[in-house]
Amino acid sequence: MLNISDIMQTVNMIDHQHLDIRTITLGISLYDCADPDIKACARKIYDKICRKAEHLVETGCEIEREYGIPIINKRISVTPVAQVAASCTNGSYATIGQALDSAAKSCGVNFIGGFSALVHKGFTDSDRRLIEAIPETLSSTELVCSSVNVATTKAGINMDAVALMGRIIKDTAERTASQDGLGCAKLVVFANAVEDNPFMAGAFHGSGEGECVINVGVSGPGVVYRALQDVKGESFDVVAETVKRTAFRITRMGQVVAAAASERLGVPFGIVDLSLAPTPAQGDSVARILEAMGLEVCGTHGTTAALALLNDAVKKGGVMASGHVGGLSGAFIPVSEDEGMIAAVKSGALSLEKLEAMTCVCSVGLDMIAVPGDTTPETLSAIIADEAAIGVINSKTTAVRIIPAPGKKAGDMVEFGGLLGSAPVMAVNSASAHDFIARGGRIPAPIHSLKN
Amino acid sequence: MKAIMTVTANDRVGIIASVCSLLASMDVNILDISQTVMEGIFTMTLLVDTSTSKHSFDEIRTALIQRGEAEELVIHIQRSDIFEAMHRV
Repeated sequence: MLNISDIMQTVNMIDHQHLDIRTITLGISLYDCADPDIKACARKIYDKICRKAEHLVETGCEIEREYGIPIINKRISVTPVAQVAASCTNGSYATIGQALDSAAKSCGVNFIGGFSALVHKGFTDSDRRLIEAIPETLSSTELVCSSVNVATTKAGINMDAVALMGRIIKDTAERTASQDGLGCAKLVVFANAVEDNPFMAGAFHGSGEGECVINVGVSGPGVVYRALQDVKGESFDVVAETVKRTAFRITRMGQVVAAAASERLGVPFGIVDLSLAPTPAQGDSVARILEAMGLEVCGTHGTTAALALLNDAVKKGGVMASGHVGGLSGAFIPVSEDEGMIAAVKSGALSLEKLEAMTCVCSVGLDMIAVPGDTTPETLSAIIADEAAIGVINSKTTAVRIIPAPGKKAGDMVEFGGLLGSAPVMAVNSASAHDFIARGGRIPAPIHSLKN
Repeated sequence: MKAIMTVTANDRVGIIASVCSLLASMDVNILDISQTVMEGIFTMTLLVDTSTSKHSFDEIRTALIQRGEAEELVIHIQRSDIFEAMHRV
């Protein structure tokens, strides 16, 4: 038998260090749901999701009990709706958003992703219809998540889409003003979006994916934090090795659960996403890991280097533990969902500019950041453009999930509740980017995109 | 199904007897057992086979948790695959 200390180590990770499976996400292709009549299309979508995901939640709970590992979220991702609905000749795409919401509720999942469009090079008519329907959809549904890919390393940055998304975010915030702009917490603007991301709000089932697939996202900032407590004062060589070993264990657990879910649901296994995903709970914070490396507060000088080490070591440890690694696979730094990040912003040590620098070395981007309600659409677009540029030039995924909280000013708090947490409103640069955003067009792909 | 059980508690007489008799009453076979006392805390791990039992895994798990609550024992039971995956390359 295994030795007693190994067994107790695992039990302690689950009991005291928040080790869990963050999400089992079932990807479902909706290509066969196309129909010229939007109501018929919505009905086909509802029926297919309910059929394919019928046993998802129950199977997740069964695995949870047998393996003794909490599986926090069971979720669904679908083909980008702009592609499925392209042949619909009537009505608003919000009808489809509402069908997704109903299907998610019927299946018992807590989010469904894929109200999405990929417009990194240009818009189809369908893409425009989808994007225009985002504010209505996010304000009239509870569980639907939306994402728009506005840039890739291969195509460059679609600045028309960047400009449009600034206005869409603003509109979404205003339509959900009574909830501090909650709609924006379900809307991600991507550069280099991935097709197999299991995490919300950015998950969608990409066009290169199969009919149905199981993707799993692990978690475990608390476990890494605890492991670093044992190597206080040691060199970075030891820190990196410790993170790697811990990441290996966390990922192996994800792999076992992914294999079990795949077998029981009769759905092929896609990937394990190695991302260290924090929650607002005490002891489940990425910021606290960085502080455990010797920083007084996350956000001070040295934070970017600490995050770079963490992100790299997590990948190195995780990659051998899983048959297929994919998704975003990096440390997440969402402000509102990380107790340590919230504290760092409140203390004044962590600014928007520092977060932007941190996104150069980790996944994913400016995530769950609340900014003043009077932030202009052009400033939001300019923030998106900066983040997209980081993604495009570094050939990595970046994203912006930003909430211009209506009526709030820098220093106020906004409350989203649950996993979405609460966020201090962060100041933005008040100088205008209006003329920059007004130009439109495309920022060309970088020279290193020419690899052929 | 092979599962790993862990039992932790403040050390006292009769913990093993209580847990093992419950397992026996449910026809759960013990394949391996290891026990120690670390800083006054009784710690026991067992490798058990539930396939000999007519009870479902959920029933066994519930019975163990109830016994744990009644006697102030912290009991976990989990499929053994997870431990092997995490601790063996």
